[in-house]
Amino acid sequence: MKKTNMFFVFALVFNMIFSASVFAETLVIKGSTTVLPITQKVAEAYMKDFPNVNISISGGGSGNGIKAIIDGTTDIANSSRFIKDSEVKQAIDKGAYPVPFSVAYDCIVPVVHPDNPVSDLTLDQLQDIYMGKVKNWKDVGGNDHPVVVISRDTSSGTYEVWEEKVLRKERVFPGALLQASSGAVVQGVANNKNAVGYIGFGYITDSVRALAVNGVVGSEETTLSGAFPVSRPLFIFTRGWPEGTTAHFIKYLLNPEKGQNLVKEAGFVPLY
Amino acid sequence: MVMRRQLKEKFMRNLFTLVAFASIAILLAITIFLFKEGLPVFNLISVKDFFFGIYWYPTSDPPDFGIFPLIVASISVTLLSASIAIPLGVMTAVYLAEVASPRVRELIKPIVELLAALPSVVIGFFGMVVVAPFLQNTFNIATGLNLFNASLMLAFMSIPTICSISEDAVYSVPDALREASLALGATHLETIFRVVLPAAVSGICTAIILGMSRAIGETMVVLMVAGGAAMVPSSIFDPVRAMPGSIAAEMAEAPFRGDHYHALFATAIVLFMFTFLFNLIADYMSHKYRQVGDATL
Repeated sequence: MKKTNMFFVFALVFNMIFSASVFAETLVIKGSTTVLPITQKVAEAYMKDFPNVNISISGGGSGNGIKAIIDGTTDIANSSRFIKDSEVKQAIDKGAYPVPFSVAYDCIVPVVHPDNPVSDLTLDQLQDIYMGKVKNWKDVGGNDHPVVVISRDTSSGTYEVWEEKVLRKERVFPGALLQASSGAVVQGVANNKNAVGYIGFGYITDSVRALAVNGVVGSEETTLSGAFPVSRPLFIFTRGWPEGTTAHFIKYLLNPEKGQNLVKEAGFVPLY
Repeated sequence: MVMRRQLKEKFMRNLFTLVAFASIAILLAITIFLFKEGLPVFNLISVKDFFFGIYWYPTSDPPDFGIFPLIVASISVTLLSASIAIPLGVMTAVYLAEVASPRVRELIKPIVELLAALPSVVIGFFGMVVVAPFLQNTFNIATGLNLFNASLMLAFMSIPTICSISEDAVYSVPDALREASLALGATHLETIFRVVLPAAVSGICTAIILGMSRAIGETMVVLMVAGGAAMVPSSIFDPVRAMPGSIAAEMAEAPFRGDHYHALFATAIVLFMFTFLFNLIADYMSHKYRQVGDATL
């Protein structure tokens, strides 16, 4: 009994090594750390379904990802922004034609404690709160309590969206509590009646309440229609129209049944 | 045969020398790396602006790399936690070594030392989920994630270090000293405070400094419960951002060899200086007040 088991294990291991070394194809993905969790999750599922493909993923930021596409050192570049004119010029000069694919939407929702009576804030009110100008909830239609501002670390992708859409190039004031993860923001808001924070759409739980922005409630529909103001599309770029494994992977990623399901799991809004 | 034994002896001696120097070499390599990666930030910003700038906005355009709020945060958290941990740690040590019966001592000492075995992330989580809401409701303050909470959690972490090392120091005071004191008519309490504690002071100082250097370098706890606001605190209930937490939170996203990356390494140099200083002081203390024999008191 034991011997047959051992034999099976050996056969399996041997088979894996053999197939990996003979048929292995590698796919390199680089770029934005915001898009990284999406490609990471999809790549894991993809490699499970197609064990002969090896996908290596690294971060480095959107700019570095697009640069890698221009230089031809990666198959796919993750980017949380669209390509710049200067980058397109560089690419054309090097004989590369960058092709964009939108893979998901990033939707950042302000959240408060469930007991907070405030349910709607304008972008300007949010900007004032995060710049430290509004210090009491009664100034924005709430109870007479101090506002506890919770923000993400200034190097996170979530902060980047918030800075662009809400703060509009102003700085978050130094008294804001900076948390290292979306989970920590949820934890902080859930435990503090006076707190306001912001998290990716996928992180909303029952312990916090999402606020409407400019009267628009953040949801998959309002994000995809562009009505919700704190959202942005996320991209991947390829060097020329994708072929072979790259094309196969992108089709998998865009498939509503497969890749797009995982987009939701990673905390983002899927395309369909 | 004799040659062979000598050869073996020589080989073993060299092997042990090599092992001893390995740790020095590693320390040296890390230090060189730290300075190599950290110093370039001073091409961008003056030393004075780095240490005394009060704004830490590493990712805005143009960025501000002032670590004064971070230094103040680290120092204040460490001092406050020391003021909680030192009395508790030293008193526990005295109780265990001088007052408690051997059975109680055998029971309590391992339990106190078990406190050190708690992973810091567990202590951080406890502070975040239990202590923070408690502080908020009890003191009616804006947020429970603040300097005081962090100090309290760090005190929990440094008590075992302080207690365990001081207890060893107090316990190893020669019995002849205690007996002499009691024979001269001193009470038990007088003996503890006038004779035993002064005799053990070098060990206790070392314990305190090591406990404090654990607190200043601790990352997870300050990351989770200190609040993370990069401002100079005006009360003990203000949120703060300490150096280790800042490095841990931002390093993953900082562009490799970018200005932010170098600034974080420069922060690490400052942190290294602090712990290095603490270790030097501990070493100095343990040599200066060393109890040699029974007669030098």
